[in-house]
Amino acid sequence: MEELLEKLLEAVELGKVDFKSPYPPQLKGQDGALELTIKALETGVGPQQILENALVPAMDRVGKKFSENKIFVPQMLMSAKAMGASMLQLKPFFTSGEIKTKGTFIIGTVKGDLHDIGKNLVAMMVEGSGWTVVDLGVDVPSARYIEAVNNHPGAIVALSALLTTTMVNMGEIVSDIKANLSTTKVFIGGAPVNNEFCQKIGADFYAPDPQGVVEYLNRIAS
Amino acid sequence: MKYKSLVITNPEDLMFGIAPYPVKTRRGLEIGGGQVYAELNFTLPVMSINNNTLQQVYEHYREIAEGALERALHLNSKGVVLELETLLEMTKTPQIGIEIVKIMNEICEKYYQKHGLASEIRLTPNDLREFERPAKQRTSAYLEPMMELFEKGMIEGGDLLSIESTGGKEVSDDALMNCDIKTIVFALAVLGVRDMQFLWGKIVALANKHGKIAAGDSACGFANTAMVLAEKKYIPKVFAALVRVISVVRSIVAMEEGAVGPDKDCGYEGPFLKAITGIPISMEGKTAACAHLSPLGNIASACCDLWSNESVQNIKLLSGMAPTAYMEQLEYDARLMNQALIAGTVPSHILQQLLVASDVYTDPQALILSPENVIRISKELLKGDSYVANAKNGALKALDIIEEALASGKMKLPEMETSYLPILRDELNSIPDNESDFIEMMLPVIDKSKFILAEYGL
Repeated sequence: MEELLEKLLEAVELGKVDFKSPYPPQLKGQDGALELTIKALETGVGPQQILENALVPAMDRVGKKFSENKIFVPQMLMSAKAMGASMLQLKPFFTSGEIKTKGTFIIGTVKGDLHDIGKNLVAMMVEGSGWTVVDLGVDVPSARYIEAVNNHPGAIVALSALLTTTMVNMGEIVSDIKANLSTTKVFIGGAPVNNEFCQKIGADFYAPDPQGVVEYLNRIAS
Repeated sequence: MKYKSLVITNPEDLMFGIAPYPVKTRRGLEIGGGQVYAELNFTLPVMSINNNTLQQVYEHYREIAEGALERALHLNSKGVVLELETLLEMTKTPQIGIEIVKIMNEICEKYYQKHGLASEIRLTPNDLREFERPAKQRTSAYLEPMMELFEKGMIEGGDLLSIESTGGKEVSDDALMNCDIKTIVFALAVLGVRDMQFLWGKIVALANKHGKIAAGDSACGFANTAMVLAEKKYIPKVFAALVRVISVVRSIVAMEEGAVGPDKDCGYEGPFLKAITGIPISMEGKTAACAHLSPLGNIASACCDLWSNESVQNIKLLSGMAPTAYMEQLEYDARLMNQALIAGTVPSHILQQLLVASDVYTDPQALILSPENVIRISKELLKGDSYVANAKNGALKALDIIEEALASGKMKLPEMETSYLPILRDELNSIPDNESDFIEMMLPVIDKSKFILAEYGL
């Protein structure tokens, strides 16, 4: 059982999606996350155990390697794909409530802004660390964030912006969210913003990079 | 591609301030005619643009133009280009952009009439079409305000016309993050090329109608995104260098449609365009650190005809307003290059060699921009019978050059970079030269929800 979980952890960490996947070259001809998850479930490993002892630690290692500049984003994306293959097998257990994520994280690029590279990275890393992610996409107005929180009570909201002309919209959105849902925590991120701006507009947290978001979320979850 | 041979074949002729086909402007600048001019770019501080702030917006641009030209005059400038790169609201409501051009042009005219300082405005409407997903490149309602801003803006004094067009960006964004070189070729050499043909045909027609100058485009949304991501260590630098080379086949379409330069500052593909077409180019390097970081600070100026700062907010620094301060930095750089040109061929080559040598082996993106390597790669960019083949050949030559530099020990890269070299080579080699074959190969594997084939004439 331990060996199977260790193999699954390695497959996700190195980005081996399934048996036929050519990446990474050193795992060619071996089972990927898909097959290893199926085998684990068949041999009686609990879905929560798979999540907590293989998938989350694998993505945690990936996040650390990325923040230490030891891997590039494409490798991280391959790990996310491998985790996605595994999560598909676990989906029924999420639906039945047998396993739970750490919480729900709602993310979107603010209205007027269509840049989503940074937002997508954050979403991927947060999902990889065991959170349910609701990605609202780009050009998101206040009403859609509020609607999403109403659909996912207790969720944390993250706003992304790349432009100096759209970061100003963050202030309005934070005010709207706080006016309607006063206990909701709102994160902000993006090239033009900083901690000072975060405090000025009444948001709760600013992170300069995706790993910073994950670390803060995990502190909250624990 | 229409171009079959290089206009500049000798690296020594790829020199700052000198282009085979200089561009003469209304107030007497001769860009590429023997000297380098400063091109100042600027933007608003953090603020909203709405009916309540419109007068403040206009005042900012008045202050920027006045401050910059006053400083240029004080420094005995030989001429200046001011670039107005509009923000979303200024293009969506073209009257705002047009009014700003008018304000700036009045100031340019004042300094010309009163002091003889020649200046021109480069008008660069932002490409609104990217604000729709999937983008409607040919049928978007956003095309109308963009073209209105081009036409009325040029009538009000925007003499040099540019855009950072975004055709193919909806496909390239994900490809950049995945280091997917084949999809990058598809985005730039198939989608980008088609959109450039569509858009630049219109821009050139308008410029010709009003006697203005269709200047050029920039693959900023593609290759500069790659450069910035590489600076953040999100993607390999070797990959970003190849994206730059591939972007040439897309940006050169503006010239094929009739653009004459100066090509746009943030298009670091400019040296290749200059070698192939002979047009003058604008470049930016260390002076653009106010807008984004780059590994190309000095080498970018090796063959520039305009020297730019990319963009700076109109905020107060210790010395004065930031655009005024950047005007001074650009002027001193231009002054040094111009002094070298006046001193003759040998001094100008020595200065160029220093600019190149100080950067060239520090980063693969700098390596491909040395005049020698620009010529080597440009030859490959013209060898094939399709944009796809040319993009592939150019990128393969860039890979050769990177591997030569590594083998010689002149350039050092970590293993996490070099491990991508064989992968990228294999991927490039798998691309067929025939465009139809390539499209057939790519369509099944590309996420077609991201773009609309018909909007590219496919």
